[in-house]
Amino acid sequence: MTVSTRLTAATFGLAAALAGTTAFAAEVTGAGSSFVYPLMSKWSADYHQKTSNKINYQSIGSSGGIAQIKASTVDFGASDKPMEPAELSEAGLIQFPITIGGVVPVINVEGIEPGQLKLTGTLLADIFLGKVTRWNDAAITGINEGVSLPDTKITTVHRSDGSGSTFNLTDYLSKISPAWKSEVGTGTSVKWPDGLGGKGNEGVAAYVKQVKNSIGYVELSYALQSKMSFTRLQNAAGVFVTPSAETFAAAAASADWASTTDFSLIITNAPGQNAWPISATVFAMMRAEPKDAERAKAAREFFAWGYADGKQQAAALDYVPLPDNLVEQIKAYWAARVK
Amino acid sequence: MTSIPVAPTRLVTQARRDASADRNFRALVVLAAFIVLVSLIGVAFSMLWGGREVLAGQGLGFFFSTEWNPVENRYGALVPIFGTLVTSVIALLIAVPVSFGIAVYLTEAAPVWLRTPIGSAIELLAGIPSIIYGMWGLFVLVPMMTEYVTPWLNDHLGALPVIGELFQGPPIGIGLLTAGFVLSIMVIPFISSVMREVFLTVPVRLKESAYALGATRWEVVWNIVLPCTRSAVIGGVFLGLGRALGETMAVAYVVGNTVRFSASLLEPGTTIAALIANDFAEATDSYRSALLLLGFVLFVVTFFILAIARLMLMRLSRREGVQ
Repeated sequence: MTVSTRLTAATFGLAAALAGTTAFAAEVTGAGSSFVYPLMSKWSADYHQKTSNKINYQSIGSSGGIAQIKASTVDFGASDKPMEPAELSEAGLIQFPITIGGVVPVINVEGIEPGQLKLTGTLLADIFLGKVTRWNDAAITGINEGVSLPDTKITTVHRSDGSGSTFNLTDYLSKISPAWKSEVGTGTSVKWPDGLGGKGNEGVAAYVKQVKNSIGYVELSYALQSKMSFTRLQNAAGVFVTPSAETFAAAAASADWASTTDFSLIITNAPGQNAWPISATVFAMMRAEPKDAERAKAAREFFAWGYADGKQQAAALDYVPLPDNLVEQIKAYWAARVK
Repeated sequence: MTSIPVAPTRLVTQARRDASADRNFRALVVLAAFIVLVSLIGVAFSMLWGGREVLAGQGLGFFFSTEWNPVENRYGALVPIFGTLVTSVIALLIAVPVSFGIAVYLTEAAPVWLRTPIGSAIELLAGIPSIIYGMWGLFVLVPMMTEYVTPWLNDHLGALPVIGELFQGPPIGIGLLTAGFVLSIMVIPFISSVMREVFLTVPVRLKESAYALGATRWEVVWNIVLPCTRSAVIGGVFLGLGRALGETMAVAYVVGNTVRFSASLLEPGTTIAALIANDFAEATDSYRSALLLLGFVLFVVTFFILAIARLMLMRLSRREGVQ
């Protein structure tokens, strides 16, 4: 008796809550990637001023975003890691890029300025594998002539929580280093051979700052905001590039988006001359047949506005606006796939 | 005439009303008691249920494996269990003697006007949110560990034959020992305030008799106060242990969050609570299942330790009864 009464009460409460959300039809909800959260909140604030449409984005993590859109509790999900076309069609979802960013190695070695140290992908893999253990290892000093490196042990710092940054870094290292691929592999969380784990970009940044002679990896905006010493990396074309919006954009531009299905492409180790090797795309996932077509349309209008009029805000927050030809492809994709 | 038959009916209805109120009240308190029991079993069971996927896939090997590999979906609970127990033991090794000193000072040695301010200050420590301890640990304690404590331990204790291995490690300042330090400061207020309370309950008559016989302060504390309050003191210690086992945020800041077994206390490690807090938000499918099962393990570990405490207290009180 009491159980059924309680259940009924709960059902009524739930129904009331659901009715409450549908009553505000103009409010679009999204959830997912924490990496893209600063951009989403800036975009939605500006978009609200222009159009009075509300975009409510919750930063709950990429896998949470995918779970929410699969359950249709939000209008769009956002993830740092693309879903496979097969998985998308099975769940009845479509997928397209929102913006581009990048993962940067950061170091805390006395006297080394940002961008002064050069590393290759193999070297980065060997450091995180614990095979290169000292800063003055011949492999590091060999490509860094004129930089005085101390004879100290390298402490590595990685993300302890599952994250898109880890996914893109490990994907890159697996492409570059066969040893990494067989010993560690690719994933949002992996079995780290060595080192410390910090929670979130800010956790890794805090550890790298606290622990001398350490190396970690964060999103570029964290490295710039907390004034950390980032390294240059050798890209697929053999050039040592500095992480910046331009080199991320070069990676996005050199990627072959047109021949992908559902934009399911990871742009690490991109071929361009000026391409940053650990560039990363943030993807949005929406339902191909949305329950509320009006809100889904409002969400697409929001993204279209962001691609066209949100470029400045994106650049100010160290994200890379999508190249125009990619935006055209996304719009064609919407026209073809959304019912 | 008319009032006589009315009175019994009124009394009867009154009595009936009372009886039904009594029954309702009884049902209400029974319900209240059962809510605790049902939610306790419910929580334990739902975590075990959430972990069924990993339990089915790996069986009991989950509890004895040191591997934690999310890429290949192989999980083992031994490293976080080890980290949880080691950090809690370090915390108690430091906190129990210090708390004992605090309690003895406040009840036996301190001037009366100082007792209340110090007592309240220690109780205030208990109210500080754990995240503050975590940040303090990372930004104040970690540099101190790096600069002074770790090199000293490496030089002095690291060379000893058996325990030397515990104190050999890189000077990064983040690891099990630092986590144990932070935990010890967090549990000191709990243990010391319990000790102080129970030390105050010892009859003054007994203590003054001992002093009159020429006992020193130490002899009074060790031979009179402590035996009188032994079971309550142990209860206080286990209260602190319970808190240390489940502490999450402060530990996550300074423990290093690495699921790797290492004999050294200066190397980074992890605890059950810190691992769950770090990884739960982004964990899906079998990873989430492994974390839920780990939650169940923490539940069982805590339950066992509290059960052992109960058992010890029962045996103590029985022995005291014999005396």
